[in-house]
Amino acid sequence: MAGARPLAPWRWIGVPLLQCLILTVLFSLPFRIFGLPLPEPIFPMVPAFAWAIIRPSMLAPFAVLLMGLFLDILWSAPMGLWAVSLLLVYGAALVGRSMMAGQAFPVMWVWYGGATALALGAAYLFSMVGAHATADPLAVGWQFLATVILFPFAHLLIDRFEDADVRFR
Amino acid sequence: MALRENPFGELKVPLAWTAGVALVVALVVALVLLFSDRRETFQNEAYGASRKMTDAIAAPVTGVLATPGRWIGDGIDGIRGYFFAVSENRRLKEELREMRQWQATALNLRDTNDRYKALLGLKTDPPIPMVAARTVSEARGPFSNTRLANSGSEKGIKPGNPVMSENGLVGRIIGVTEGASRILLLTDIASRTPVMIDRTNARAILAGDGGPNPRLEYLRGQDPVKQGDRIVTSGDGGVLPRGLPVGVAVKGLDGRWRAVLASDAAPVDFVQIMLFQDFSQLSAAAAAELNRMPVPPPASPPPTVGVTAAPAPNAAAGATPATGAALPRPSATPPAAAAAPAVRPSASAQPAAKTTPRTAPAAQRPAASGQRSSSTARQPAPKAAPPRPQASPTPAPAQQPPPLEVPY
Repeated sequence: MAGARPLAPWRWIGVPLLQCLILTVLFSLPFRIFGLPLPEPIFPMVPAFAWAIIRPSMLAPFAVLLMGLFLDILWSAPMGLWAVSLLLVYGAALVGRSMMAGQAFPVMWVWYGGATALALGAAYLFSMVGAHATADPLAVGWQFLATVILFPFAHLLIDRFEDADVRFR
Repeated sequence: MALRENPFGELKVPLAWTAGVALVVALVVALVLLFSDRRETFQNEAYGASRKMTDAIAAPVTGVLATPGRWIGDGIDGIRGYFFAVSENRRLKEELREMRQWQATALNLRDTNDRYKALLGLKTDPPIPMVAARTVSEARGPFSNTRLANSGSEKGIKPGNPVMSENGLVGRIIGVTEGASRILLLTDIASRTPVMIDRTNARAILAGDGGPNPRLEYLRGQDPVKQGDRIVTSGDGGVLPRGLPVGVAVKGLDGRWRAVLASDAAPVDFVQIMLFQDFSQLSAAAAAELNRMPVPPPASPPPTVGVTAAPAPNAAAGATPATGAALPRPSATPPAAAAAPAVRPSASAQPAAKTTPRTAPAAQRPAASGQRSSSTARQPAPKAAPPRPQASPTPAPAQQPPPLEVPY
């Protein structure tokens, strides 16, 4: 009767968080494939979007904050840049979850793309204010594409945990 | 007290509200961190303890994680080398033939240059010690372009040190801890580097934007740059030494002048961190070098340059001159060669660099240039042979003070 048990937070928050951090570290290694560097997707975008869709939680925002701060330190970005950007995504998805819940896969993908654009737009503005310079739109576009193609993982997370807790059925 | 007896036990708060409150708290924390961040100041204090600790942990961890990839890369290179050995051999032979011609030209130019430096008494920068490191992690995104190197404060690395690859400038150090140092790449959005166009000496600021080709900003003058112009560091501001290769100028799609970085020619796996702080460091090195210089013997008259010295009054009586400098010398004699043994510091007098100097040591230079080139390698000829506008055939006075200023 695994389905009758309450869903422990470490299963839907802890494990994806760890997976994202490990993947981020692995993709930060200086590998080159056929002379080209690895892309740099924002892996924490997947749980930040999916957690808000799955259900509201008190732990999730702090987990998003933790992931954002980890990105800031690992990538040596301004401290708080990705934390704010990811929290904005979480907040936007939390506000719009009643609209998004139950939508078809392609529609959810579009919503996810919008959330990614929101995060990158926020990071663009904050870095512009901080560094007094604008980031290369092409580089931002590449990171957007590398992040958007991760939506199937977010869909997998939502599909698995949206109805997994008996208390919310 | 049981939950039922708690007066707040019946109070039910919507889950979305609690999540909203948690979100607001987390957002406030993140915003406070963001607005209090001083990363762009690139001061050592601004590189906080959390970053230093993470770097110290991340450097060995990512170093180990990157090892299998490095092995695979080395294996692929080995296989490729095996199958393409013949064609590579032909190419290298051709390259060697071409390089031999360049070697002769370079040696001639170096000797000429040394003579000019000796004649003009030019001060040249001393070699800057360098530390080799391997990059173990990198950030390639549009908002941060940094690399983590696996050498840190234990090797004397400090924030601000320039970082070179085998092809050109990579960036500079912004954070150091034990065993790790963070490199801010030239492409980072916060990177500003004073550069100049090699052909015209036009100054510019190389400003990163997160893309592969940083912008050339604040260019002045009419047509200061052309497509393909070489860009080097200008040394303005004393942040970087002058003349480090940066890249080549190109016109971007947006109509702005940009730089194709020289360091992009090959993967930046290994880097050399120059232990350069600012120009005061160079003057300190010069002073230290001056203190190490052996004082020339006071009885020895200074050599003359390109002037045939008249014989001493007692020369007619058959007396032997005391030094070789007083002998009649053909004017074609290179002054640097003649003066070299008198005041040039010995190899042991050189500063004992604990790290690799940027220029090759004299012993590694080819011996084709003969004795003079080996003695003048890396050390410009001393000021023992300054230009003498009113040179006369009269003999120089016997007592001359040692040179006040020695090129370093």
